[in-house]
Amino acid sequence: MTIRNLTRREFLRDTAATGSAAAVVGTAGLGKALAAPAIMDAPQPSTREVTIRLNGADQALQLDTRTTLLDALREELHLTGTKKGCDMGACGACTVLVDGKRVNACLTLAARLDGRAVTTIEGLASGEELHPLQAAFIEHDGFQCGYCTPGQIMSAAGLLNEGRPMDAHSVREWMSGNICRCGAYPNIVEAIRQASGRA
Amino acid sequence: MQPFTLDRGRDIADTIRRGRIAGTDYIAGGTDLMQLLKDDVRRPAHLVDLEGLDLDRITVTPKGVRFGAMVRMSAVADHPDVIKDYPVISQALLASAAPQIRNLGTIGGNLLQRTRCTYFRDTAAPCNKRVPGTGCGAIEGSHRTHAIFGGSRHCIATHASDLAVALVALDATVHLTGPNGARDLRLTELHLVPDDHPDIETMLHPGELILAISVPAGAWTRQSLYLKVRDRASFEFALTAAAVALDIQGGIVRAARVAAGGVGTKPWRLPAVEHALVGAPATAATWMRAGALSTAGAMPLRDNQFKVRLLQNTVTRALEQAGGQA
Repeated sequence: MTIRNLTRREFLRDTAATGSAAAVVGTAGLGKALAAPAIMDAPQPSTREVTIRLNGADQALQLDTRTTLLDALREELHLTGTKKGCDMGACGACTVLVDGKRVNACLTLAARLDGRAVTTIEGLASGEELHPLQAAFIEHDGFQCGYCTPGQIMSAAGLLNEGRPMDAHSVREWMSGNICRCGAYPNIVEAIRQASGRA
Repeated sequence: MQPFTLDRGRDIADTIRRGRIAGTDYIAGGTDLMQLLKDDVRRPAHLVDLEGLDLDRITVTPKGVRFGAMVRMSAVADHPDVIKDYPVISQALLASAAPQIRNLGTIGGNLLQRTRCTYFRDTAAPCNKRVPGTGCGAIEGSHRTHAIFGGSRHCIATHASDLAVALVALDATVHLTGPNGARDLRLTELHLVPDDHPDIETMLHPGELILAISVPAGAWTRQSLYLKVRDRASFEFALTAAAVALDIQGGIVRAARVAAGGVGTKPWRLPAVEHALVGAPATAATWMRAGALSTAGAMPLRDNQFKVRLLQNTVTRALEQAGGQA
């Protein structure tokens, strides 16, 4: 049975492709009538070459100008640790560090990042040694389904760089850009406080 | 998302030359524009990137503070002099969005963000702001979060920025440059109420660019505060908000600056409240009397009437917190 040889990701990708093809037929043309007027000489897809310093190594990419950093990571570079939740900056699942600062990869055009340093969840550990935040999330069981976890951890990594107060109230406010629909917040907060060394 | 070219100008002059071409949008932090592009609300053929134009400085002098348009929201919120001497600005920013977005979003872009009205952001809905003449879905529809000041029969969308409310209260000026040269505009004059043209939101000419925003120093800026009321404790737009700045000497209010957020089709200055404060004793009775004047002229609709009382209470509470209770 070939399905046994499929990875979870390949299985999801293949089924998603079938499902979305049907969905496109169903909704094509809806909602376009009232969109802002199209520019008559709308350009063809435009590409840009960029080199991003990704997790410490330069990555040269040729990208459609519309490509978000999130899609560049997941679809072009196959770094699928960074998650796509809302794709609108509201959930934080795509949080990465750009030049050490946490940002939403879904709201960032990859072609604007030439020469910038991007750190994703894949670049956080040192070899086999977990980053203190990763270890603390395991120790405190700071997740249930795990989908928001890479974004939570990268956001917390940004937070630790910022030097904020680390009482529980402050951590909750400064982590407000990351939602967890399982509701693992108490454990997430404790994990971050422990990793800060100021719990 | 429609395809677009993405380029940078060599300098500001070259940027403006590109920006005046029809179908061009500038992109600063991109936090709002990216959402509008993904939703097909904006469909530019060309994006001109404002990064790399040396517009990211904060300058503090005895005369005031000046923010380059590309300064990040987080950089202003964390600036020690802003926290100390202009706390209302830092507080308004920290009450805005979430940390990740504040690391992207810029001061200039924040002022020009588009309304959060769901009819505006849904291309299947009518909206006079997005496509003039298609009608307003909100006036008869879902308008719990919409404006009680400055609406017209064509549009009641609120201006979403917290920062703009704080800056309007502090008499900020925007420094512009464009195809017809440089000019300054008071921030209160930058945004327009919808009237018959909700699609025209600002006084900016095509291709015109905000280079910087300056805030004059004043005896009132230190004793200033931003209070925001929303449906959840963080990462949410305002239902009501108040920016207040007070100069109190010998128990008497010498000067006051007050503006409201979440309630106007543009950042809404409250001169009647300021007038009631000046010369009055810094007491709870004064704060309450002034707060009650905050909704003079309000025109609430079916589902946003709660904002009238809520704004009065928000302004009163903000004055109490900033001015103390003598």
